[in-house]
Amino acid sequence: MDRKTLMELTTIANTICEKCPGSVLKETDHKDIHEITVAAQSFYEVMKTLHGDEEFGFDMLTDVVGIDRTPRTPRFDLLYLLLSSKNFTRLVVRVETDEGQDVPSVSNIWHSANWAEREVFDLLGISFSNHPNLRRILTWENFEGHPLRKDFPLEGKDFDKPFDPKTVEDYC
Amino acid sequence: MGLENQLVGDNVLVTSLTKLVNWSRSNSVWPCTFGLACCALEMIASTLADFDISRFGSEVFRPSPRQSDLIIIAGTLTKKMSVMVKRIYDQMADPKWVIAMGACSSCGGIFKSYSVVQGVDQIIPVDVYIPGCPPRPEAVLAGLMKVQEKIRTEKLDQRPDFKRGLLR
Repeated sequence: MDRKTLMELTTIANTICEKCPGSVLKETDHKDIHEITVAAQSFYEVMKTLHGDEEFGFDMLTDVVGIDRTPRTPRFDLLYLLLSSKNFTRLVVRVETDEGQDVPSVSNIWHSANWAEREVFDLLGISFSNHPNLRRILTWENFEGHPLRKDFPLEGKDFDKPFDPKTVEDYC
Repeated sequence: MGLENQLVGDNVLVTSLTKLVNWSRSNSVWPCTFGLACCALEMIASTLADFDISRFGSEVFRPSPRQSDLIIIAGTLTKKMSVMVKRIYDQMADPKWVIAMGACSSCGGIFKSYSVVQGVDQIIPVDVYIPGCPPRPEAVLAGLMKVQEKIRTEKLDQRPDFKRGLLR
């Protein structure tokens, strides 16, 4: 692969700053992993630019990662792992969000975001606005709590009692 | 005048019905084709030529629970999967036996977790537990032999299906 086709992080950041001023809060390049932190209010606009703009062409969303950073405020980090098949460049977009604060869903930009965001919603309880089908995906529907939150006990609820499959039967 | 005096030749054996039924049942324990996690691979290995489960008459893994006598719960049982396991067990025709294979299905194993059932005996009655993580195929065969031993020594009226009135 020709290294020249890779986009430099500064080029990416500068171009985004031109299109959506004040959106990029931070840019880091750790061991060739390009990462930008964007402001929550201009997040959707930035993602749309990264996908639709001829220069970038980030046409693939590999994964969405959520991190619980308790006791920091805002509490959560969301990482969007992007790949541009045009420039062979990967980019991590980080956005910070707090409990009860909605993040705009990008599932109408990349369809793969649909299930990835459902997983983040299921395990961390971050809700996404404009999501077409925001339901739990890994745990069952009447499950209480969000397992990957720091304050969730590993054993969950009623661990000391015998398990009855009837409690999950209607929700699987 | 005994019955044996009336029978001519060497071609007649006399036994009790219990022994005959148990003998035939114990040598044709057909397992259900069912696996959950890494234990399933050891279960599959026990069917292959190196270990050869067919020496014990159990090589016929049935693709339908209706045709099987034994279900080997091979692997981690999550709470979401428990509904399906219960349904498969209920679909099996009597008489039926259950082996809990490995640490996970016996007691939850390393998964002391919100999503894992801490032992399949909370859902279905287990006859034999096989320890190990995962157990080697030899251990699976040893567990199967324990089941056979149990079948051979049980009285027909002690069976749960008899008690429920299915055999009367």
